[in-house]
Parts: sequence; structure tokens; C-alpha cells
Amino acid sequence: MVESRLTRALLRLGAGFTLFFIYFPLIVIALYAFNGNVTQRWPIEDWSTKWFPVAFENQGVRDALKHSVMAGLGATAIALVLGTLASTAISRYRFFGREIVTFAVILPIALPGIVTGLALQATIKDVLGPFGVKFGLATIVIGHATFCVVVVYNNVLARLRRTSGSLDEASADLGADNWQTFRYVMFPQMRTALLAGGLLAFALSFDEIIVTIFTSGAIQTLPIWMYATLFRPTELPIVNVVALFVILVSIIPVYFAQKLAGDTGVAGSTAQAAPAATQEDATP
Amino acid sequence: MAPDGAPHIRIAGLTKTYGDVVAVDGIDLEVRAGEFFTMLGPSGSGKTTTLRMIAGFEIPDSGVIELAGEDVSRLPPYDRPVNTVFQDYALFPHMTVQQNVEYGLMVKKVRKGERRERAEQALGMVQLTGYGARKPAQLSGGQRQRVALARAIVNRPKVLLLDEPLGALDLKLRQEMQIELKSIQREVGITFVYVTHDQEEALTMSDRVAVFNHGRIEQVGPPADVYEHPQSEFIAGFVGVSNVLERDGRRLTVRPEKINLLEDGREPQPGWHVEPGVIRDVQYVGPVTRYHVTLDRGGELQVLAQNLEEGSSQVLEAKGRRTRVEWRPGQESVIDEEGGTE
Repeated sequence: MVESRLTRALLRLGAGFTLFFIYFPLIVIALYAFNGNVTQRWPIEDWSTKWFPVAFENQGVRDALKHSVMAGLGATAIALVLGTLASTAISRYRFFGREIVTFAVILPIALPGIVTGLALQATIKDVLGPFGVKFGLATIVIGHATFCVVVVYNNVLARLRRTSGSLDEASADLGADNWQTFRYVMFPQMRTALLAGGLLAFALSFDEIIVTIFTSGAIQTLPIWMYATLFRPTELPIVNVVALFVILVSIIPVYFAQKLAGDTGVAGSTAQAAPAATQEDATP
Repeated sequence: MAPDGAPHIRIAGLTKTYGDVVAVDGIDLEVRAGEFFTMLGPSGSGKTTTLRMIAGFEIPDSGVIELAGEDVSRLPPYDRPVNTVFQDYALFPHMTVQQNVEYGLMVKKVRKGERRERAEQALGMVQLTGYGARKPAQLSGGQRQRVALARAIVNRPKVLLLDEPLGALDLKLRQEMQIELKSIQREVGITFVYVTHDQEEALTMSDRVAVFNHGRIEQVGPPADVYEHPQSEFIAGFVGVSNVLERDGRRLTVRPEKINLLEDGREPQPGWHVEPGVIRDVQYVGPVTRYHVTLDRGGELQVLAQNLEEGSSQVLEAKGRRTRVEWRPGQESVIDEEGGTE
């Protein structure tokens, strides 16, 4: 399609505005991390990195970071196991209710976090409470896992759909039992998809706040600590430093996940295949 | 191994349905040891489903599959002494050619030295010596096909199943591979069960052919039998050109190359069947010319004549002329009414 120069200019302007709209506030908060004053005022007058060591030494920040990492790792681990199982079952077997399972796995990302949070809180407190279950790290992990499963599931399923459907049949045909087929054929096929899904799941868990509020009890993750500390003006500079840190921790996994998801995991590239294909005639 | 001539695969009453669709409808079949056996039929005729049941990817609803006397109908694929060459090759993309070929031996814990040796031998047999370190993505379609073949025969299966293995190759390569497959089969002596929808491929390569239609086998026999004496109208049309006439309440078919066009004034050969008609259409095909003759007694026949001397212009002038066709008695096959009412 040929657009007029005006259309092209307008489209570029629109795209530029959208990016600006998304990233300008992030840039503002990132720059505030370098604000030497205790009070926030734009534009920044006193540039400094003096809050970085302060934030690093802060016990509240350290504890919250530890909790966030543990919750993220726990939720990611659960998501990897359940997501792999669900996607393998869906891609491999035709069974009654297959569509419903797909829908049920994906639904949690669409559900409002506050509803998920309320539901989890009620379940943990009223149903599981009498059995001795208390709010804490474990309940955060479970809460986060509900929406982390879907990113692993989606990544792995997309990979399985792209790989040849007869690979597992070929493996079984050559004498491999189900475990050997998984270990030598299916797992290597989905390895990068699992890594991508795991990174995304971790990033999702790391900055989650709503579900966390309802499932954390007295434990503070990094976002909860930030939210709680926001109202103490003297600690605001530390919050800004932490915010910059959280932005980086969220962006990096997403960046790598996207690179991995693009990689098919299928050996070689078309660039490699092309010269080799021309050698067909050289075969004796 | 079963003695020569004894059934190596025995299939009885095999049935498979998917919902309302009957894919395989009560098939009985015997394949001899060392035979190149082809299951020929259009798509949806049940040939691939039958192959997949022999391999163990599908479990039959009813019926028995015996391999060398042992009932394997309900065994999982990895417990059956058969290997498959898949239509899309299904090579493991993350493994090298060598690892692909060694896979079956590796999962059965054959020790490394023997594994390497046998894989190299198999790669040599498909003329891919020296390609072991490559990945499948670095190979051409024809080379991948050979790797798939090597990966299967390296396990020395009792039966090799081939599911339209040449379907993805271009015509020239396909014809080369047909010859090569046949010679490899003679070399290794393994029973081949070959699925194809290509009648020429079936006639060229097979010791015997089973023609599938609507989940049933309509005819089993050596290629020449199936071609020269089709037992149903379907086979007459699918394996060759449908040349079906109704005469004296019987339906019969004659192969186009068996029919002779009588030149004007020439006497028919004594005892031959003769009928007058009009040449409705002429197609010049290079080595031969195809005539469509409408017969006065009803029906139409295709006649194939070798272009011994004629040029295309002379041949094409025949269109619209009156003519007589003749064929030797016995060249026609009577189609049984049951098969013919299809």
C-alpha cells in the first residue's frame, strides 16, 4: 500500500506519541532516583547518587527484596511444572473438555487482580485457616502462581504447535518410552520456551501488588514495601531508587524472554540451510 | 524370522472409527516376509490409518494385528519390532544426523562403539557417509528423506513402514528414490509396507499391491494383476484410466493401450472384438497419442496409440472421423457388479 507523505508523517507522529506517553513517566521516576534533595521537584536541581547506598543498606528494602525473589522463584517453579504439564496435555491429546481447560488456564490474566486477591484471601483465611494455613511467603507463591502458569503455558504451547507433531511418534517408534521421549525429544524442543516463560513469570511475580496485598499477611515484597513507604516523605528518595531497580528487573527478563520466544529452537537457521541445500547434487 | 512365503504380518477384521467416520472397515490382510507390499488408495481410504495401527500410533476398535505370529494389536509403539519412515520425516531438529540415526540404539542402551558403527553403516547405505555432523536443517529434502530411512533401518526392524515417504520430493528425485528404495529393500531383506496414493509408484516398486477404498481393500495382487485385471470400477479408474463399457448386461473394462484403432479398409484380426465409433477428441502426448472414441453401441473408450511415424498435425486431423476399435479377447476384465455399483 502506498500512503501519502502526510499519512506517513501522521503515523510516525502517532507512534512517537504513544511511545512518549508510555515511557515519559518511567523516565521521570528513573531520573528522580538521582535527585539529591529529599523533596521532589521538577526539574531536578541537585543530581546525586547518594541515595543508592542508602537504599542498599536499608533493612526494609533488603528483606522485601529477599521476599520478592523467593516469591518469584517459587511461583515460577510452580508455573513451569504446571504450565508444561497443561500445555503438553493440550497439544498432545484430544479429550473431552479440552477447550474448557485452555480457557480456564488463560482466564486468570483477564480476571481483575482484586477479585483473585479477595478470593484467595477468603479461601486461605476461612477454608484453609482452620487447618493451620497462615498468610506468608507460601500463600504469596500460590497466589502468584495462579497468573504465572498461563505465561509458561502459552509459551510452551506455541512452541509445541510449531514443532512437528510426529516427533514424539517418531521417538516412540524408535523404541523410546514416554519418559525417554520427554527427556531426549520434547524437553529439548521446549527448553527455550520454558526459559522464556519462566523469565516472564518471574517478572510478573516480581512487580505484582494487588494479589500480594491479599495473600501476604505481614510479609512485605518489594512493591508492597514501596507502597507502604510512599507515605513517609523522608524515605521517598529510597523508594525512587527501588523503583528504578524494579523497572530494570522487570525489563531485562522480558527482553530476554522475547528473544528466546522468537528463536524456534529448531536447529540451525535458514541462512545455514540454504548453502547446504545446494549440495544435494553432490551426493553420490 | 518367518520362513519365506509364510505370512509375516497378519491382519484380521481390523476396524477403526473416528466418531461417525469409519476409517478402516474390517480389513483382512497378509504380508509375506521380505515382501515389498504397497497399500494404495486415495486420501481418506484408510491406508494410512491401517499403517498407523501396525505402527502402534492408533489402537484398533476391533481386529487383530500379528507380527511374525505375535499379537501386537494393543502394544505401544516402542514395544513393536517395526519402524516407520514418516511423511514429514520427523527428524529430531536439535540432534545431528549421527544422533538421529543412533537414537533408536541409544534408547535401547546399545553400547556406544556398536552404535557408531551401525549408524555409519546405515548412513553409508543411504549414501550419506560424512554427513553425520550436520543438523537436519542443513540438509536438502532428499537428504532428510535418506536420514529418516537410515534412522529406521539401523534398528533392523522386522517390518519397515513407509508413509508416503516420497510425497514431498519433486518428480525427478522421487523417481531416483523409488529405484534406490527398492534396491535398499533387496539389500536389507526387511519387509516393507509402503503407503502411497501414487498408482505409478505402487506399480513400479511393489511385489504386491492392496488397493484401498472407503476403508476396505478392493483388490490385492501383484501390480500386473491389479493393473491388467481390475476387479472393480473404482480400481479400473484409480489404477489407470477408467475405460468401462456395458455390454450384454455385463460391465467390463479394457486398458487403453490394449486397444487398436483399425485403419480404413483394414480387416480386423480374426477372432478379435470389433466395434465402430467416432473419434471425439485427440490428445498428442509426445510418445503416444490418446484418442477418445465414442462407440455406436454406447459408451466411450480411451485408446492409446504409440506414435510410430505420425507427426502431431497428422494425428490431430483424425478428430471427428469414423473408426473401428479392436482388442484381443481376454484383454477385457469383467467388473463384478458389487464392486461396480460403488
